[in-house]
Amino acid sequence: MKELLEGSMAVAEIVKRCKPGVISAYPITPQTHIVEELAQIVADGSLNAQFVNVESEHSAASVVLGAVAAGVRAYTATSSQGLFYMAEVLYNIAGMRLPVIMTTAVRAISAPINIWNDHQDAVSLRDAGWVQFHAEDIQEAVDLHLIAYKLGEDKSIMLPVMVCMDGFILTHGVETVDMPTQEQVDKFLPPYKAPYKLDVENPMTLGPLVDPDYYMEARYALNETHKEALALIPKLAAEFTKTFGRAYNGLVEGYQLKDAEKVIIAMGSACGTIKEVIDELRIKGKKVGLLKITCLRPFPVNEIYNALKNVPKVAVIDRALSIGSFAPLYAEIKAVFFGKTKRPEVISSFVVGLGGRDITKDSIKEIFRLMNGKEKQAEFIDLKPELLKESYD
Amino acid sequence: MFGPLICKPGSSRSNKTGPWRTESRPKFLKKNCIACNMCVVVCPESCIKGEGKNTYDFDPDYCKGCGNCAAICPKKDIEMVKEG
Repeated sequence: MKELLEGSMAVAEIVKRCKPGVISAYPITPQTHIVEELAQIVADGSLNAQFVNVESEHSAASVVLGAVAAGVRAYTATSSQGLFYMAEVLYNIAGMRLPVIMTTAVRAISAPINIWNDHQDAVSLRDAGWVQFHAEDIQEAVDLHLIAYKLGEDKSIMLPVMVCMDGFILTHGVETVDMPTQEQVDKFLPPYKAPYKLDVENPMTLGPLVDPDYYMEARYALNETHKEALALIPKLAAEFTKTFGRAYNGLVEGYQLKDAEKVIIAMGSACGTIKEVIDELRIKGKKVGLLKITCLRPFPVNEIYNALKNVPKVAVIDRALSIGSFAPLYAEIKAVFFGKTKRPEVISSFVVGLGGRDITKDSIKEIFRLMNGKEKQAEFIDLKPELLKESYD
Repeated sequence: MFGPLICKPGSSRSNKTGPWRTESRPKFLKKNCIACNMCVVVCPESCIKGEGKNTYDFDPDYCKGCGNCAAICPKKDIEMVKEG
């Protein structure tokens, strides 16, 4: 049924339909009201789950780790500094191969303190071993949670999945959402049956100390499983389409790529703005397009290569930095094409929308304009030079 | 794909720590033993067993040669001797 829903409420509604047995969260800043709504849902008796309020995000991640280790479906959500406070546990969850599903309302990282949207928190944790999806709009955020549970809990995968949605722009924005019914969700997502769990009748140790004789194999297997997930995600997305009618491939989405001469690569809600600019420029006869990265981890190398190998000019939009080096998404896109015969002539790098600075249609038009020139390295768009000075004297 | 992920209980049995011994091993003299069981309690590998006076001995497959048993023995009935 189509409803007008705020992003956080929509996510809470879909998580309710996924029937987690344990939800744990730190309830204060930088939390969103996803878990506030879920706490209400649990208190109202609409969801038979244990809601565990904890004193920190480190504890929230630890609680859901323990819940999934005990064989229960679990859920948590966080953002920004909270995600960083979870970081140690997040690596453990992935290493222990526990399919925790988490929503990250992607936001900036201090300092300066900033609670607005960019991608620095999630992008900084791209090496944690979690599958990382980035949603463009609220509908996609809702749908990706279903794919996330289905993927993570697949017996051949057993990986945690982070569904990233742009903080405020999506979490606090209101859109029409086609909310799947409980029957549809039950059909798509069967109850979680853990292939291994903590059980007093059959004791075992999860996440033990291993010496140098064992560690590399555990990490190798984790890395290989991400490659397996890369193959499985499009299949699950096709199954999703069959059940719910909305088409995704789960990895990338091309927009007006056929015959495109200039293509922007981006993640998250900015893709909506970019599509609108593309529509306007196409009317004027400009051959422009977009490649949206939905899945940052595992990184869909082949899909990106095939989508862009014949495009002459490409620009990568980063909403995060790897301070002191190339912008993070840009570096990976460049790596896709290094040494290839078929490749874009120019791959430029632009940094936009840090700390919630609006990415306007003009910002996108400026990027399309700058793509005419030489290759750009981490060129900041919408920067205010008047705020910068060389010393504090 | 999965790597080493889970331990079943009892894995320390297969991890024989005897080769850790480098210098000395305990020698149970079996003369003045009063079966106080202190050597059993302090052994970090739980590799000392005995039933009654002057019956206690250690399992060389697991003994790391730490010397705790010799140090705690109230009757000085365990001494550390050179390995080999």
